[in-house]
Amino acid sequence: MAKLTIDGIEVEVPDGTTILNAARQIGGKIVPPAMCYYSSLKETGGKCRVCLVKVAQGSAKDPRPMPKLVASCRTPVADGMVVQNITSPDVLEARKGVVEMLLINHPLDCPICDQAGECDLQNLSYEHGLSTSRYEFERRTFEKIDIGDKIKLHMTRCILCYRCVFVANQLTKERVHGVLDRGDRAEISTYIQKAVDNDFSGNMIDVCPVGALTDRTFRFKSRVWFTKPMDAHRNCSKCSGKVVLWMKGDDVLRVTGRKDQHGEVKEFICNECRFEHKNINDWTVEGPRHIDHHSVISQNHYEKIDLIKLKKEVERQLEFQSGKKHLTEGNGLTQTDNHENNQG
Amino acid sequence: MLTNRSKVVVKKEMNFWERIYLPAIVGGTIITIKHLFRRKATVRFPEVKREISAVWRGQHVLKRDEHGAERCTACGLCAVACPAEAITMTAAERKKGEEHLYREEKYATVYEINMLRCIFCGLCEEACPKEAIFLTDRIESTDYSRNAFIYGKDKLVEAVDKRIDVTKRQTPAVLEFKKHKLLSHNR
Repeated sequence: MAKLTIDGIEVEVPDGTTILNAARQIGGKIVPPAMCYYSSLKETGGKCRVCLVKVAQGSAKDPRPMPKLVASCRTPVADGMVVQNITSPDVLEARKGVVEMLLINHPLDCPICDQAGECDLQNLSYEHGLSTSRYEFERRTFEKIDIGDKIKLHMTRCILCYRCVFVANQLTKERVHGVLDRGDRAEISTYIQKAVDNDFSGNMIDVCPVGALTDRTFRFKSRVWFTKPMDAHRNCSKCSGKVVLWMKGDDVLRVTGRKDQHGEVKEFICNECRFEHKNINDWTVEGPRHIDHHSVISQNHYEKIDLIKLKKEVERQLEFQSGKKHLTEGNGLTQTDNHENNQG
Repeated sequence: MLTNRSKVVVKKEMNFWERIYLPAIVGGTIITIKHLFRRKATVRFPEVKREISAVWRGQHVLKRDEHGAERCTACGLCAVACPAEAITMTAAERKKGEEHLYREEKYATVYEINMLRCIFCGLCEEACPKEAIFLTDRIESTDYSRNAFIYGKDKLVEAVDKRIDVTKRQTPAVLEFKKHKLLSHNR
């Protein structure tokens, strides 16, 4: 076990954990953003550089700081490490630079893009980026192509995070697409159009942090914030069958995997579940999926108020208030204070 | 007695002049006659139009660009910004050969504003990233049925040969933004 401090908060994690995962254990605002790291895919990370953090103290044994900002998704923790993320102006400045670089070739076509509203790059640039670009040269553009009959590749939007390549490597038998060329010419491609065709290829859409890989069956159907996400499942021989249905009225417009709070799918779903069951009767709907209120998707107010839960909460508070009165009448404020802390 | 403003009502008996009510009636009639000669607060609407501000927020228009292609790309930002939830739309993909009709690769096949719901706040105009929707100084027409107040693209999109001037409603910020030719959608 290693004990480290991230932005002044102490946390104890097993040896070999990365700084990013240690920060995720704490949660909240100090978690560095990640565009290429994906917890449920091996070997990801280290490419996009948005998760850069400052290591002010390497370890308890060797307290020297690390000479440069490090990618938190690839740096393992050490006992006594002191990490600065949002408390360091250097990190914020560097992150701003990284976002600006990611946006050099990224088109400003969010009004058209199907990913808008659930796009990591959109969130990131909103938080860290500039509203203007200093880049004056011709941006690189590509023709949109269909890779597989259900997936659209819009290479112009790609930020080369390699996530989709890892999906193909780790979830499917053989990978038929990859990154061609190097440097500023690098691009995701299949060489032959419509070549991606296997059972788990659809997960490329879910892992794509931007709108480079999008669902052709959902193309321009609706903006995500007008659809209602519902947790649902079905018996599937190929995958867990646990999905999110994105619905408008009773129509299932899109099926995706379930993303956690970091926007990462833990249980990948097969193409049959994703593309071929757009009928509500094929699914057992569990209920509305909770979406963080910071997301524009929560604008839809699809979640009904749980009256039983609300009643319980009111009862709990009433009980607490009467208990508090009782306690103050009795012997001590200390107990009341504890009680209040538990509430917070 | 919380505010100390309560008054005790005194009901004193009326005297003779008050009891015959005539002076009060005459007084009321004088007021009525006086109003007949005052300037009227109303105008006879269709014939006479009241002067309105240059940035009046009236009936919406969906603008076309300089080549006559529709600017709206059905991004849904106006609908999500709308506090009255008056706007609905359906998007579609532009086919080859329709480039002169729609500016972007996605466009709105259906775009409806419920004018009975609309509160003319102008937030849709503010939210629009494509400078497609503007409120104009036109007053929307009246009708007999509720359905007729759901304005579709036929009423909202401006005619190619009959453009609607919205320059007065373009804010300095928008005009400044348009100068940046480097931003891809200004090209």
